[in-house]
Amino acid sequence: MIVRDFFIYLFIMAGVTYLIRVLPFVIFKGKITNTFIKSFLYYVPYAVLGAMTFPAILFSTGNYISSVAGFIVACILAFKEKSLLIVAIFACVTALAVNLICMAV
Amino acid sequence: MTDFKKGLKDGIPIALGYISVSFTFGLQAVSVGLAWWEAVMISFTNLTSAGQFAGLDIMVRGGGFWMEMACTQFIINLRYSLMSLSLSQKTDESVKGIHRWITGFGITDEIFAVSMGNEKEISNKYLYGVILLPILGWTGGTLLGVTAGSVLPSVVRDSMCIAIYGMFIAIIIPPAKKNSAIFKVVIISVLLSCIFKWVPVLNNVSSGFVIIICTIIAASIGAIFFPVKEEKE
Repeated sequence: MIVRDFFIYLFIMAGVTYLIRVLPFVIFKGKITNTFIKSFLYYVPYAVLGAMTFPAILFSTGNYISSVAGFIVACILAFKEKSLLIVAIFACVTALAVNLICMAV
Repeated sequence: MTDFKKGLKDGIPIALGYISVSFTFGLQAVSVGLAWWEAVMISFTNLTSAGQFAGLDIMVRGGGFWMEMACTQFIINLRYSLMSLSLSQKTDESVKGIHRWITGFGITDEIFAVSMGNEKEISNKYLYGVILLPILGWTGGTLLGVTAGSVLPSVVRDSMCIAIYGMFIAIIIPPAKKNSAIFKVVIISVLLSCIFKWVPVLNNVSSGFVIIICTIIAASIGAIFFPVKEEKE
């Protein structure tokens, strides 16, 4: 990617993200009352993260077996409500262990 | 303790968490071909995780996908508008005018959550305090990540690319466990994204739009069938 294109992308990303945060903060005084919009916004983060995570996680480490192993470990730890950091670290360690085993055999 | 110091203190755990996430962002950014300063600039100006990772996917394809970039960022980060809206109800009279334009930049999931956890209304000094360290952590962590990217062996780098997904899973699963509506929305979104990955023709749709489509459909279904009565968080 050429530098000019990078700066256009940067400007778009940062600009859109900034305006989304600031405009409601600056403009709105009252509360959202529309139930549909309220509910839609409530579910957005979960829908976004779900779509971003799966199936992309299966291709994340360049090896299906280690990706699946890391995915399973992450799900178990998240189910036990471990912190974000712990879940992420153990997913990485698992993937690394499986990758190293795959390289050895 | 002054409001500013209280904010700084509340920001410390957030900053530590951000260092680790942005570390993987830096790692991934250089692994897909960005320069170190490009990765650092993205983190410093965006201060968001999911949006930046999705932005990388678009950037690696080269220039020209401007509209897709704008739409992707809009949908992924739309949740911030809800947060800044509720935060605007929580601030005292000192947070006005230019202060809103500046502190609004720092509204992230975690900073929002911590700010809303205060018993009293919050001042602009508190907001500046709570935002400062997370910005440094997010930007500094990215710098560490791009540096480590050139030092670590490739098998370690590859393995660490799963970190961000591990974190996403850690965000989704606990609430999905307790709230079946969230669980259903996540499942719908995941199924849709699998369809866009593996069904012929549909798998030509680019990654940014796939996230947008999955999100709009899944969140709409959630909003229609499981409307939220009260603020649940």
